[in-house]
Amino acid sequence: MANNDTNIDQYRRRFLERSTAVLAAGVIAPGVFLHTVANARPADEAVTSKVRWGMLVDSGKCKTGCDKCVKACEVENGLTRTGRPEIDAQWIRKVTLKNKQTGHTTSLPMLCQHCAEPPCVDVCPTGASFKRADGIVLVDKHICIGCRYCMMACPYKARSFIHEDITDQKAHAPRGKGTVESCTFCVHRVDKGQSPACVSACDEGAMVFGDMNDPQSEISQRLREVQSMEIRGDLGLNLGVRYQGI
Amino acid sequence: MKYPVCREIEGKSSAYVALLVILGGLVALGLGAAIYMEHQGHHVTGMNNQIVWGMPHVFAVFLIVAASGALNVASISSVFGKVVYKPLAPLSGLLAIALLVGGLVVLVLDLGHPDRLIVAMTNYNFKSIFAWNIFLYNGFLAVVAVYLWMLMERRMNTYTKAAGMVAFVWRLILTTGTGSIFGFLVARQFYDAAIMAPMFIVMSFSFGLAVFILVLFVSFWGTGRPMGEVIVDRMRSLLSLFVLAVLFLVAIFHVTNLYATEHHGIESFILRDGGIYTMMFWVGYVFVGSVLPLLLLNFSGSSRSEVVAVSAGLVILGGLAMMYVIIIGGQAYPLVMFPGYEVVSDFSDGVVNVYRPSLPEILLGMGGVAFALTIVAFGVKVLRFLPLSLADKDIDPHYRPDTAGGATASGA
Amino acid sequence: MPGVRIMMRVAVLLFLVTPVWAGTPVPEIPKGKGQQCVEDTAMMRTNHMEFILHQRDDTMHRGIRTKKHSLKECIECHAVKGDDGMPVSVESPKHFCSVCHRYAAVSIDCFQCHNSKPEIKLTGDRNGQ
Ligand code: HEC
Ligand code: HEC
Ligand code: HEC
Repeated sequence: MANNDTNIDQYRRRFLERSTAVLAAGVIAPGVFLHTVANARPADEAVTSKVRWGMLVDSGKCKTGCDKCVKACEVENGLTRTGRPEIDAQWIRKVTLKNKQTGHTTSLPMLCQHCAEPPCVDVCPTGASFKRADGIVLVDKHICIGCRYCMMACPYKARSFIHEDITDQKAHAPRGKGTVESCTFCVHRVDKGQSPACVSACDEGAMVFGDMNDPQSEISQRLREVQSMEIRGDLGLNLGVRYQGI
Repeated sequence: MKYPVCREIEGKSSAYVALLVILGGLVALGLGAAIYMEHQGHHVTGMNNQIVWGMPHVFAVFLIVAASGALNVASISSVFGKVVYKPLAPLSGLLAIALLVGGLVVLVLDLGHPDRLIVAMTNYNFKSIFAWNIFLYNGFLAVVAVYLWMLMERRMNTYTKAAGMVAFVWRLILTTGTGSIFGFLVARQFYDAAIMAPMFIVMSFSFGLAVFILVLFVSFWGTGRPMGEVIVDRMRSLLSLFVLAVLFLVAIFHVTNLYATEHHGIESFILRDGGIYTMMFWVGYVFVGSVLPLLLLNFSGSSRSEVVAVSAGLVILGGLAMMYVIIIGGQAYPLVMFPGYEVVSDFSDGVVNVYRPSLPEILLGMGGVAFALTIVAFGVKVLRFLPLSLADKDIDPHYRPDTAGGATASGA
Repeated sequence: MPGVRIMMRVAVLLFLVTPVWAGTPVPEIPKGKGQQCVEDTAMMRTNHMEFILHQRDDTMHRGIRTKKHSLKECIECHAVKGDDGMPVSVESPKHFCSVCHRYAAVSIDCFQCHNSKPEIKLTGDRNGQ
């Protein structure tokens, strides 16, 4: 499995050239997957809306029963189990769909869909739920009061509330009681020019992550080529996560 | 007609002291529960990542809805100029403030971070209906306080009507805002309905009046002040009207929902297959909270204050049941993300979510109710909120001694 | 009110650095790794909160991940070892951030979420990539 996680140091031209090469390889060789995100920003530069991070999930490649992405997310972000599933934090989960008429089943990961028009952001009284300029929907836990209105508003059940004290968090993923959280697209990795942990962990190559605003990015090309859909597209939220093969 | 006189209650009877002790005890329990929940985290409640709003919200929303409704009596007197209600206006205003404060306290204490209240006050997201509601609630308290001042300070009386008008409009907006908290949740099949806001407005009329009636009657029985048939009968017919109006809107709500195919699932859940929620709806809200009071109010052949008070109590119970159905039932039904598919996951997708309210959260909710009532109990003792007499001769401009029986409240 | 805050800070600072209270245990502030802090030491004493709070908003909302004022880095450099040789958590009165805060009765909620101990560096990537 190819690993191209890259440090910020290698930012800029050289990096871009190389990643395009890898990209080409990724397109040619099926199963080989790209983990590099094409434009790591310098650490002192603010995010801009020139980039919009997005993900394309190919449910045709997503194996029923495989939960590597879920496990990777838990390890990366230090999500631990409480023994009571109903209060466990769940940033990404595997869902199995069965067509009621044909009986055909599909498997796919559900995570925060990083809407362009996020209902959670609209309803949040303090502005703790917000969308970063590059399209990543986050909770600023420093001003989250724990009202859970965003959880009521989310059409995807993508958010979790922390019901008990947490200790020994990952330094890059602070989490604590009384606030709401959800998938961050592994923002700390993305800011370093890496892909989210789930994407890196998927051996099937069922997940593509990249800049949807960059017509050259793999995700943009794939979105142009294949038929994809948005979950609850009727809501018109313009999602950052698209699915193929449902 | 004499000018209606309001006086402080004496507040020395053992019954009054006992009332305060009981209310104080409930408030303390509620506070203790809140501290416990805050310290332990919400895992000690029945709430979880599927049912994110629980018992505290049932109580809080009920109190907030009832608060705006409690102001109705004052509005009828000051805005619509019905003199019979005039002596009741101060109590109506006090109750509105008390209920709103009680509801807000519960909401705040249920937060994951009640300690960050200052954050909520200093960071506003103006797109959020929730943030707007914070404004509406605080504004309501201010507007009603000003109204009470105009009403109770004789030299300000000329402005009563204007202040009453502002308060009336404000309370309509406020209830619309509260209803919209749910109405804006397009993702949830049950809440995605424009009729949510008007439904909340009529619910507020009914629940608010019911609370008002109970408080008024109990204080009159307790203080032995005279209460005539006129006022009891007015309360009776008004409550009956409001209960009917709610029933009507609830019916419209469900019928329009049944009209839209995408809502069939949630409708059959609430109305037929929802177990506790179906029970709560039919038995709790429809029968106990609406049909029974309607029968009592209209066909018991009695206009006695006890009958009206019992009916009001039933309306309150029914109201709480309705809130439970709306708030919890609406969340219990699984979100529809993939129409036409059966959905399975280890995160409760596609299954009805389970909620078992725990003691602390119920205590917190009750504590809020007790707190509101404590405010009223204190209020009527320290300020002139309660009329000295509601006997027919004192309030009815058309009173003729030969026709009226001059009944006084029983149990005085 | 910034005026009041500054005065309070100056007062607390004076309190901390003046050795006039024979008998009162003035906290001994553990030294950080390296030669100096990310800013002038005196400046850090009085203004560290400004730096980290500013950094907090920059990182959170603008994705700026410079290391200089990062809380994560403070924790790395200012780790204090306990009796068992392992870094202590903020629960311990010896923890760098606890020493003064306990003394000055400042309470911060940062470590409800942020780990107060430096990350134990594992060799290789945890995700087994
Ligand atoms: C490179 C390692 C390093 C980093 C990173 C670092 N410090 Fe320091 N810090 C030090 C050293 C060394 C000293 C002692 C300097 C001296 O004695 O003059 C110090 C001193 C301080 C002091 C003054 C203590 C006293 O003796 O009065 C404070 C407060 C402080 N640091 C806070 C912070 C905060 C907050 C951060 C994060 C923004 C931080 N430091 C990051 C190394 C570091
Ligand atoms: C030299 C003693 C000292 C050390 C060491 C120290 N602090 Fe402080 N800190 C203070 C004092 C004193 C205040 C209160 C200042 C005020 O109220 O304005 C304070 C306030 C704060 C505040 C703001 C609290 C508020 O509510 O406004 C934060 C945040 C903070 N410190 C973080 C840290 C962190 C994180 C560390 C460890 C890396 C640390 N401090 C280490 C003395 C210290
Ligand atoms: C409710 C949880 C929570 C609390 C409490 C909290 N933080 Fe954070 N903090 C976070 C999260 C989540 C991030 C985002 C991490 C990321 O994106 O890498 C963060 C990021 C930061 C960052 C930028 C990352 C870094 O390590 O430099 C700083 C600085 C920071 N917080 C400071 C604070 C301070 C100071 C306090 C206390 C006054 C505090 N935080 C309290 C959750 C919390």
